[in-house]
Amino acid sequence: METTFDLPANIAFGVIAVAIIVAAIRVVTTRNIVHAALWLVVVLGGVGAIYILLQAEFVAVVQYLVYIGAIVVLFLFGIMLTRAPLGEMLDLTNRTMRVGAIITAVILVTIMVFSVVDSFRDEEVDFIAYSGDVAAAQTFADLSAEEQETVLDEVAAIGAEGTDLGPVGRTETVSDSIFRDYLIPFEVISALLLAALIGAIVIARRD
Amino acid sequence: MGLLAFELAYWQQTVIKMLVVAVAVPGAAFVLGYVFLFKMLSFMQSRLGPMEAGPYGTLQLIADGVKFLQKEDILPDRADRFVFKAAPAVVLISTFLLFVVIPAGPNAIVEDLGVGIFFALAVSSLSVLGVLMAGWASANKFSLMGGLRATGQLIAYELPLVLAVVGVVIQAGTLSMQGIVNAQSGGEIFGWGGLGNPFLLTQFLGLVIFMIAVQAELTQVPFDMPVAESELVGGYHVEYTGFRFLFFFMGEFGTAFAFAAIAATLFLGGWALPDSWGVSGTAMHVLGPIILVAKVMILSFFVFWVRFTYPRFREDQLQQLAWKVLIPLSLVNIVATGILKVAF
Repeated sequence: METTFDLPANIAFGVIAVAIIVAAIRVVTTRNIVHAALWLVVVLGGVGAIYILLQAEFVAVVQYLVYIGAIVVLFLFGIMLTRAPLGEMLDLTNRTMRVGAIITAVILVTIMVFSVVDSFRDEEVDFIAYSGDVAAAQTFADLSAEEQETVLDEVAAIGAEGTDLGPVGRTETVSDSIFRDYLIPFEVISALLLAALIGAIVIARRD
Repeated sequence: MGLLAFELAYWQQTVIKMLVVAVAVPGAAFVLGYVFLFKMLSFMQSRLGPMEAGPYGTLQLIADGVKFLQKEDILPDRADRFVFKAAPAVVLISTFLLFVVIPAGPNAIVEDLGVGIFFALAVSSLSVLGVLMAGWASANKFSLMGGLRATGQLIAYELPLVLAVVGVVIQAGTLSMQGIVNAQSGGEIFGWGGLGNPFLLTQFLGLVIFMIAVQAELTQVPFDMPVAESELVGGYHVEYTGFRFLFFFMGEFGTAFAFAAIAATLFLGGWALPDSWGVSGTAMHVLGPIILVAKVMILSFFVFWVRFTYPRFREDQLQQLAWKVLIPLSLVNIVATGILKVAF
């Protein structure tokens, strides 16, 4: 059991990734503003699917609830409340957007290549389904009988909660890191969002 | 699959689960439509309702369904073809996904997700997208108005719906639907376990807020501004005929059943009987679904009772009820539950 290449997961990733890229291109090239918002749904839904593929269940559900259920719906609501033409709007795409697209693409590729190379160096990374991998099995075998019992109890407790996800996917891990390790940044962001909200109300009010 | 002597392969289980959900959604819509929309409404108005098709008119909805399937599939001339056709499917998919996490017995659940109830709330919010798509793509100002009204209403009532659930989640200490059922059947009221601990007792405020929000999510009277016949003809589905209209109908009644089942699971103990009664797990495989459906029918009765009794809210009353009453109340409920959870 040296190789951990998970073929179905890699195929699924490929299919989803292609769908996301096609949809993302359609978001900026379509000449119907409502279609652009609907293509965005495909992009965000695809990202959610990749989270599921990575077994980050909680993050995936938040992605669907917040991005598709709330943000895109508010986009569409705003568009339809102001103007929602059924045909094409010719001024939605023009020649100068190509320049912007090239600049953005170059910056994005630079950042992504840098961060991937910087974090992984020459490690080989595959989609590995969470499993009792070889190293963990070895560690478990090295434990004393008593310690093994404790580990099994913990595993059973997790099983009773109805989840067999990796440590990253478990809701407890997410909540622990938000409300313990990153509590202050989290609160600061909430205050920032509140300030933005109040600002929007102040700007929108006419009296 | 604990009852079977043999293990089914993963794909076989998946096929069976998909078939069960595919039958459950129209079945649920059929039961609610017949029992409440046809019969209860008729009795409340001192008439018999459908009596001809089948004994006591039981087959009336099937006859109506066949009628819908035979109708011409009309596409408005200026409609956005693809979006118009996709919209009912989006609404129906959201309903199908809701049924994934509803437990009807010890093993009778499509998938006991760790994020259970949170998943249900997330997929229920997807139906708004279908409503907006339908309203816009119909190229009809009544449809667009209906779609906009529906969205404004669904966004406003999504919040109390989610916040009302938080109290239950704090008390149960888990998001998993089976976990919430077990927390109630195994719970005790001050050391007395005769009834378990249905969250109906401690979270009564949560149940009331949840059911009001469900009423609004379903755009049922008194929250039927989006589909008000006298103002908008039919709102976002005014241009839909035939099987596409049937999709919206199944979506509405299927979602009503699903939300009643979720409320029964969260607040009334779901499929389970209290542990102290000592009913064996094997018996619960059979009793569970019956108990759940009984609770669903009781809760649906309230939903439809309100629907057939009250007049329509005005738009401003509707928004004020959500933002100034339900959301503050549910926040108070969360704080109180949190404090009591830590105290006990």
